[in-house]
Amino acid sequence: MTIPYPAAQPGFWSATAMIAAIVLTSTAGEVLTAAAMKSVGDLDDIRAHSGLKGAIRAVLTCPLFFAGVSFLALAFFSLLFALNHLNLSLVAPASASLTLVTNAIAAKLFLKENVDRRRWTAAVLVCVGVYLLAH
Amino acid sequence: MMSHARLSPRQYMILGLVAVSAPLGDTCLSRGMTNLPAITLAHPGTLIAAVFTPWIAVGIALLIGFFASYLTALSWADLTYVLPATAFGNVIVALLSRYWLQEPISLERWSGIALITLGVGFVAQGPSLTVRPEPAVEVEAAVEQEQAR
Repeated sequence: MTIPYPAAQPGFWSATAMIAAIVLTSTAGEVLTAAAMKSVGDLDDIRAHSGLKGAIRAVLTCPLFFAGVSFLALAFFSLLFALNHLNLSLVAPASASLTLVTNAIAAKLFLKENVDRRRWTAAVLVCVGVYLLAH
Repeated sequence: MMSHARLSPRQYMILGLVAVSAPLGDTCLSRGMTNLPAITLAHPGTLIAAVFTPWIAVGIALLIGFFASYLTALSWADLTYVLPATAFGNVIVALLSRYWLQEPISLERWSGIALITLGVGFVAQGPSLTVRPEPAVEVEAAVEQEQAR
């Protein structure tokens, strides 16, 4: 009978690379999806004028939306890959909290959102809060 | 420049759905999957069958609802305004597990709940959307059109 033995835990740099992959793909996905929805316009207005089908058509005919969803899918598979090698108690809080900060930076750089002091403070508070809650 | 327009009650309701539906959907999926016997790659059909069990079906419906409300929120609010709302869902789940399932919450988690609530409060006090000034060319064209009338 073979006795199963625990797989060797990856080193610091491998773990960092796995978490960085989740954070980067997830940030790219969120930012592209947000850009897609801004280019589509207010969905409540579209639904009021063209109904639910019109709103769904507006979203599904936007190429940026598919780019965003592809990156979100990549983020999901990166998470599965990381969970296969690292503990959930490390991956979940680290990726969830870091993504909040990278999203704020990416939203300022690429979406030109006005991330003022209020939003920076909120991003940092929520980041630490999510880490404490998920840890 | 930011708009100072407040969100309508309907828009707050959509943000509430964003916060509640994702963690509730995840909880339903987790509950449904733990009730099932272990699924192996040798029998992938059992994974398809799992989709039609009540808890997992409800979980998927909630996650579809989350994605629809998240996309709607992103169409009229900034990403940096919507994301804290999604994080607030963790607080709702923690409070539900404390008062509904009677699970103990450590001091560390209570501080996490307090920080997220504070952060969401900070963002909610501010404007929801960055409004960019119209490009000068478009403004000039509009003025010319107005003068031609």
